[in-house]
Amino acid sequence: MSFFGTKRHTLYSKKELGQVQLLFPVIVLVTVFSLFPLLRGIYLGFTDYRLGDAISFNGIENYIQLFNDEYFWNSFKVGMIWTIVVTVLQVGLGLGLALLLNNKIRFASFYTVLILLPWATPPIIRGILWRQMYEPNAGAVNILLSRAGIISEPINWLSSFEYVIPAVIVAGVWGEISKAAIFLLAGLQTISNDLYEASKIDGAKLWDQFLHITIPSLKPVLAAIISLTFMWNFNTFGIIWVLTQGGPGGLTRLPMLAAYEEGFRYGYIGYAAAIGNVMVLILSLVLFMYIRVQLRERKEL
Amino acid sequence: MKTSNLISKFMIHGLIILFVIFLLFPLIWVLASSLKTTQEIYSGSPTIFPQQISFDHYRSVISGQLIFRSMWNSIIVGVISTILVVLISVPSAYAMVRYKSFVNNGILVWILVSQIFPVILIMIPLYMVLRNIGLTDSLTGLTLIYVVWALPFVLWMMHGYVKSIPVELEEAAVLDGATRSQVIFKVLMPLLLPAIGASALFSFISAWNEFFFALVLLKSPELGTLQVELARYVGMEGQARTGPLAAASVIATIPSILLFIFMRKWLTTGLVSGALKG
Repeated sequence: MSFFGTKRHTLYSKKELGQVQLLFPVIVLVTVFSLFPLLRGIYLGFTDYRLGDAISFNGIENYIQLFNDEYFWNSFKVGMIWTIVVTVLQVGLGLGLALLLNNKIRFASFYTVLILLPWATPPIIRGILWRQMYEPNAGAVNILLSRAGIISEPINWLSSFEYVIPAVIVAGVWGEISKAAIFLLAGLQTISNDLYEASKIDGAKLWDQFLHITIPSLKPVLAAIISLTFMWNFNTFGIIWVLTQGGPGGLTRLPMLAAYEEGFRYGYIGYAAAIGNVMVLILSLVLFMYIRVQLRERKEL
Repeated sequence: MKTSNLISKFMIHGLIILFVIFLLFPLIWVLASSLKTTQEIYSGSPTIFPQQISFDHYRSVISGQLIFRSMWNSIIVGVISTILVVLISVPSAYAMVRYKSFVNNGILVWILVSQIFPVILIMIPLYMVLRNIGLTDSLTGLTLIYVVWALPFVLWMMHGYVKSIPVELEEAAVLDGATRSQVIFKVLMPLLLPAIGASALFSFISAWNEFFFALVLLKSPELGTLQVELARYVGMEGQARTGPLAAASVIATIPSILLFIFMRKWLTTGLVSGALKG
């Protein structure tokens, strides 16, 4: 071991110019197309820039305007409802599915392939699928509900004020249950079986095992998947764009749709960037909480 | 004991099958619609499975210029950005693992940070940069964006993979008189092939599925990628469009599903170990 350790030292200790050359494309690309745009994007959020005009700094004026902007508050509220409900359902149902698949059963890998299919479907296509499911006259949802005698009149799901939010939530949850399930399943498989065996000897019930073995052991993976799912859902654009374009009456106008419209439909680039900055602020809080959980975990270990 | 075991097995399968039905039903519904005639779709009492299989919608999609064209655009953008991502990420990941430098931490932080930034904030300045060099409404501009977009994650995967290759292998080759390029091409490349395959699939899919950048950037009808073209198509739905749109969706989903199934193993292990370490 130490022999190889010293070997590594002699072979790679001299500073080689090669490393800088190898990293050059990444450094250039990241700087020009990622780091610089990000910083510029944050800065633009403090300007009144419109496409084609000169850029002039206007301090926190955008944020004062946002604060008084009814449409913004509405999209922020919708964004929060969407993000929280979809995240809870995706992680909750995903955990259920992962627990089921973690049993030693036949066809487990066959089932896994099947449940992957929605996740493999591009977001735009997910939107199209659910548009066809919700189609008032020929869509499966109305047909099934009316055959079951639950509704007598066809419901126009995507343009009804009453039903549009649950309708888009179901479509959104559908697409990424499998993502949560697959991550959580991989996490479950790292839990040692000995823990369960030992608790069984102590006479623990299934529910006790779940509370006292599964959940604590799964905590780091759960924290990761909850915060990542939250971030992904908060940034949703494509599926809603196809399903409702933010309608009816702005009821499903998620923050990303609001920012897109302000920036690329009306040309208020500075204002759109300000919306982006508010989103970053919220997502940084989530990231911060996640890092705190992880650090505390590590200390306990 | 035996019977209760059997019952619980039965219940587990039953619950999983319920999930599978919920998750597959919309896909099956649209697949079936794509094979029905328009009259059957709107017949008022449709069945799930087509009474009479018709490929008319597929025929009309394939003969329709725009869908075909946009599919070609998606393939071009996907393939070129994938090649660039692999060419950049393999040597970079190698350099990051074998020679520790400040760049390493910088890139890892960037990977994490890039998760929290909404694309709108990246898109606005990028759009302005691309406008200055005349690359908005161009597939070249879009390809560039996709390279940068896929890089963080691919670098992360490659970084993990290169790390798992013991440095002793390279040292042994050097002791046997191999040159640096021989070490890279004869020793490392064969071992890295699966990782390269997985990264290539990942970056191709993320380009194939991407919508927002393409929507903002591409305005000319003949330049749209498949996702943009399909979204444009949605706005113009009428009864006659339902079947063709279903057929186009099926065609657009097949590559993603095939690639997903191939990279399934890699995707989960790579992501989860990353999440645990991160």
